[in-house]
Amino acid sequence: METSKAVIQTNNIDIVKTEVKKSKVKLSIILTHIIIIAVGIIMLYPLLWMVSSSFKDNLDIFKGTSFFPKEIIFDNYIKGWNGISGYTFATFFKNSLFICTMAIIGNVISCSMAAYAFSRLDFAFKKVLFAIMLITLMLPFHVTVIPQYIMFNKLEWINTFLPLTLPKFLATEGFFIFLMVQFMRTIPLELEEAAKMDGCGPIRIYWKLILPLSLPALITTMIFTFIWTWNDFFSQLLYLSDIKLHTVAVGLRMFVDSMGESSWGSLFAMSTVSLIPLFAVFIFFQKYLIEGITAGGVKG
Amino acid sequence: MQTFKKAWRRNAVAYMFLSPWLIGLLGLSLIPMVTSLYLSFTNYDMFTSPVWTGMENYTQMFEDSKYLASIKVTTIYVMLSVPLQLMFALGVALLLNRGLRGLKFYRAVYYVPSLFGGSVAVALLWRQLFGGEGLINRGLALFGIEGTNWISSPDTALYTLVILAVWQFGAPMVIFLAGLKQVPLELYEAARIDGAGKFKQFFKITLPMISPIVLFNLIMQIIHAFQAFTPAYIVSGGEGGPLDSTLFYTLYLYQKAFTHFDMGYAAAMAWILLIAIAIITAIIFGTSKKWVFYQE
Repeated sequence: METSKAVIQTNNIDIVKTEVKKSKVKLSIILTHIIIIAVGIIMLYPLLWMVSSSFKDNLDIFKGTSFFPKEIIFDNYIKGWNGISGYTFATFFKNSLFICTMAIIGNVISCSMAAYAFSRLDFAFKKVLFAIMLITLMLPFHVTVIPQYIMFNKLEWINTFLPLTLPKFLATEGFFIFLMVQFMRTIPLELEEAAKMDGCGPIRIYWKLILPLSLPALITTMIFTFIWTWNDFFSQLLYLSDIKLHTVAVGLRMFVDSMGESSWGSLFAMSTVSLIPLFAVFIFFQKYLIEGITAGGVKG
Repeated sequence: MQTFKKAWRRNAVAYMFLSPWLIGLLGLSLIPMVTSLYLSFTNYDMFTSPVWTGMENYTQMFEDSKYLASIKVTTIYVMLSVPLQLMFALGVALLLNRGLRGLKFYRAVYYVPSLFGGSVAVALLWRQLFGGEGLINRGLALFGIEGTNWISSPDTALYTLVILAVWQFGAPMVIFLAGLKQVPLELYEAARIDGAGKFKQFFKITLPMISPIVLFNLIMQIIHAFQAFTPAYIVSGGEGGPLDSTLFYTLYLYQKAFTHFDMGYAAAMAWILLIAIAIITAIIFGTSKKWVFYQE
């Protein structure tokens, strides 16, 4: 009795206090909104300026005072898309998309297979191998890139897509294995037991049960693979020096070198175009993206 | 006999599922690692056979002024960009975590720089922003300040790259936000009843409760920052200039390996990088017992 009285009393005090504070709280909420919006605009301004500039002529970019173009022109896009040395950005986009597609297929297949073994099967040296997998997550790739380059060179794979696509089929990106292991562990064992009763072996369980149920983790894998592969510059620069194999990232860099600093307009236009696929993925799959980012940090 | 057969089959199936990963681990990680360790004790240019030189690559480094410059540049970059990035990430996450309407929209807006930040396009944009006639100087001109060319001045070039890294605080912010949501609200109510102010609540409740996430973000961002390459390469046109002021460790490694084909030296550099990252991670983990609070 005594304690409940005390609780009621403090509750009453709280109510009085909140009445007084309400206007103060409201003001602080509005202020927070203003701060967040202001900082957000500052942060996005460079990107917005880039997009706006891509529709301006060069004079307007550097001398104009308005954020918006005086008149919207598409010359920069037409000129930029023509690319360099007879290869248009269509070629670069095709190459980037091909590498991304292969990387996505490779990662989904190979990482899900490894994750299935680690999360649902029992085998010798499981703990040791899992620990090794986690350690490879932390390794800087520079310790392997030099021998890999030498090896791919001996195989005569330089200036082919193989050094960029084949490793994905060998589950080299441990982050995705980890992500899928986390997810597959949450699938109830009863489902698997039921499937076993029906005479399903591990291969059918993987294919018919675990894989479909892991779809959210697979989508997250696809999206991150896409973003990372699209943004990857180091290995594309390393392995693709032939211009007809250039990706968007490498092509864009070559484009600047050949155009010089004078044609910022078409450079901005092509930069904008190069970011559209990323932005589209972000808009449509934001939920999976956020889940992927937080999976490592919060659940892990 | 029956159980032995069963166990064998169980293992065979599991290893079949693991086989792509195992081949990759062996062929693309372990063997290359051993190879690069071996190469680091040799002189190798890819055209003639490697020549064993013992510790020469490792001792030579400390007389190589460019190498020492790259260490200095990378250290400044990591020590500035990581704490600043995490402070912004946590600060904005705290603001967003006040039950605001439009949280998802705001979160998306702040994440966009992280989405684009690693791209060549944004690095090129940065080169323009901080250039002599760039957007930053035109903004400063409005206030009557005449800026220099930030990119081509050795005193400032590195800091433009630090700003580029800090600008991408959205990814750790998203992780902080998810962590803040898991802090039980009862704790704050109890603290309020005890008369604890906002600052005390932050240091006594929020910070300890999300300390595992601070640890995670700290380690991930440090590993990430040590390996930064694209911005320095693009902004400096692959040179690391002016006057080696943006010669990131990985950029110098790239130059050594793939422009000068000094593979042995570059392999030694890679191993030093690995060891440095391992030591720093170990130190942070070691101290974490003192400042990371794990809920039972």
